[in-house]
Amino acid sequence: MNRKIASILVGAAMALTGATVAGAGTLEEVKAKGFLQCGANGGNLIGFGATDEKGEWSGIDVDFCRAMAAAIFNDPTKVKFTPLNAKERFTALQSGEVDVLSRNTTWTMSRDSSLGLQFVGVTYYDGQGFMVRKSLGVSSALELSGAKVCTQTGTTTELNLADYFRSHNMPYEVVAFEKNEEVLQAYEAGRCDAYTTDASGLYAERLKLTNPEEHMILPEIISKEPLGPAVRQGDDKWFTLAKWTLFALLNAEELGMTKANIDEKKTSDNPEIKRFLGIEGNFGEPIGLSSDWAYNVIKNVGNYGEIFDANIGPSTPLGIARGLNNLWSKGGIQYAPPIR
Amino acid sequence: MNAQGQTFVSDAILPAQPPPRNSVGVVGWMRQNLFSTPLNSLMTIVLLVFVIWAVTPFIRFTLINATWSGSDRQACLQSTGACWAYVKAYLPQFIYGRYPIDQRWRVDTVFVMLVIGMIPMLIPRVPYKQLNVLYLLACFPVVAFILLTGGNHRYTGGLFLGGVMPPSPLRFALEYAIVSALLLFAAGLFARLSGKPVRGSGRTLGVVLGCIAIVLVLFGVDFGLVPVETANWGGLLVTLVVAITGMVASLPLGILLALGRRSEMPVVKLASTLFIEVWRGVPLITVLFMASVMLPLFLPEGVTFDKLLRALIGVALFEAAYMAETIRGGLQAIPRGQYEGAKALGLSYWQMMRMIVLPQSLRIVIPGIVGSFISLFKDTTLVIIIGLYDFLGQIQASANDAKWASPVTGLTGYIFAAMVFWAFCFSMSRYAAFTERRLDRGRR
Repeated sequence: MNRKIASILVGAAMALTGATVAGAGTLEEVKAKGFLQCGANGGNLIGFGATDEKGEWSGIDVDFCRAMAAAIFNDPTKVKFTPLNAKERFTALQSGEVDVLSRNTTWTMSRDSSLGLQFVGVTYYDGQGFMVRKSLGVSSALELSGAKVCTQTGTTTELNLADYFRSHNMPYEVVAFEKNEEVLQAYEAGRCDAYTTDASGLYAERLKLTNPEEHMILPEIISKEPLGPAVRQGDDKWFTLAKWTLFALLNAEELGMTKANIDEKKTSDNPEIKRFLGIEGNFGEPIGLSSDWAYNVIKNVGNYGEIFDANIGPSTPLGIARGLNNLWSKGGIQYAPPIR
Repeated sequence: MNAQGQTFVSDAILPAQPPPRNSVGVVGWMRQNLFSTPLNSLMTIVLLVFVIWAVTPFIRFTLINATWSGSDRQACLQSTGACWAYVKAYLPQFIYGRYPIDQRWRVDTVFVMLVIGMIPMLIPRVPYKQLNVLYLLACFPVVAFILLTGGNHRYTGGLFLGGVMPPSPLRFALEYAIVSALLLFAAGLFARLSGKPVRGSGRTLGVVLGCIAIVLVLFGVDFGLVPVETANWGGLLVTLVVAITGMVASLPLGILLALGRRSEMPVVKLASTLFIEVWRGVPLITVLFMASVMLPLFLPEGVTFDKLLRALIGVALFEAAYMAETIRGGLQAIPRGQYEGAKALGLSYWQMMRMIVLPQSLRIVIPGIVGSFISLFKDTTLVIIIGLYDFLGQIQASANDAKWASPVTGLTGYIFAAMVFWAFCFSMSRYAAFTERRLDRGRR
């Protein structure tokens, strides 16, 4: 008897939750349900994906989702965020729980090739760096010979660290801890001279120190950690849409279009701007959007530079310089193919 | 005869003298309990020094040096004490998680409804216990579910009939009807095969199916509530949902499993034993991880189980296995004579269990059950690994907020979490002790 009831319950739950089996493309599904489901960082990474005490989401990863929502619906609020942790993020994307994963995820070959997902591009070029006390009088990581370095155990940071110091023939001492908080505490207590992790993390961790101004992040970046959003493999149309949302953000900055001035740009004679705004040609239709999709993106969330500055740029508490993330024309490596 | 002349005989009873001053009051108590022998005196002093040594910094950190007000990290940056201002600012999120602010009245309503149901339930003197149970186990869960999720569930069906009809509530209703009919038919067949009257054999099943149908219809009604997906639930809300569902589901399941394991029917016995041993042999983290990371990969693409639901089922089954073993301990403690006596009275198996054996054995294992409940309540913090932000998870996440990040923020959060968990677990434990004393009258 109980077995029967149990089996009914399971059956009912299956039927209850069994949404439509994916037949239509992601874009059609998103349009049908009326919002974009975006996987974001639930662990509050300042400047990338975080919620404040009111539950408002902010960060560049979050803004990328808003940009996609703006491209599809002309409304950046039509996005729902699913807080995800590092372990379950890929499953959430694969199983269709989220439509796009935008959660400071490093683009690597193994992830791209074996996890059933496709990386859209790079929203932030990250890499492992070092933080030291200003009083140490060091201005380059190459001067860290013989230093004690604090790091987290069991991550690639430890490997990169070993490689870097070995290849530069510098002796060093690792002080490793299991949890990030412990690493920071040890560094704060002066148990090590330098603290190493991804640069974005260093900037975030620096804020937690008693006197952030007394610490600096050294310019050397010793590993490649390109962070970017990813979508499910097998839906090329959706992939293209996500990719070009990112390119639109970058192209807008290159063309000098911002949230504030984009309306004035409508009268511009520049053919690139005209194409971008959908005045000439119809580039939205092939990706399933309206012709002014790119205009909607910029009008609602701003261009890449604006997003960067608002979330992690020099004027924010994080104070990260553009560096590699500047446009290719300004000394960085952010480069987007043209719209034409 | 009077005592005239006999001056050595007192003619009045002397008034009672107060006991020696050093054997009463605080001094007396201390002499008796703390300083009765030189060794005890020494131990008292050593322990007192230890307590002062351990507690003083704690009080200094949490009370004396603490920061009580402020609007951002500046208030706590130089502080050497707890940053209660941060807890104050974040308290709503600790309770509701990312539940939309304008919808939080729904959570409040559910909390209030729960308290209204629980208080008369927990006070033995209050009458109408049966109605109360009905409210707590039938009305409250349905209303809470609708309020918290928003109800208005769109049924599409999908078990079968996939190629015949487009997804619609109608298809779901048809599927439900077919499954129900099949089950009722099976019940009738079973009754016939086992030689019982076919008529009325499916009555219980029919009632259950009907109730499920009513609940499903209620979940489908549009009450005009904004849907709030469980990914946005968090804080104390998630902790309580997981803990309470786990407790409520695990107790009956555990009883059935315990009975099953002691059953004389080999298949039932084997199945129960297997279930218990498998679930008890696996750590809860593994169960949650499987439910969260592996299960979606086994399901066809597009079919997603709600994450919270997966965790709830995992926790309930896991807890049921432990509960079963606790209750089995109680069943074993009942003397054989009780069983035999019940059988001699002509009671059926279920009557015997319901009226004779279970009331006695459950009373014996109250401490064990409460112990399970308390550990379950604390185990709910493990749901953080599958990305559900329970009370502790929410606190951990909030400590990363740039606005409040400071050297003492994380520590304050943990202390606050410890206090809240302790308050919940301690009250459970006290209430259990009270129940135990109340039920144990016959043995005193």
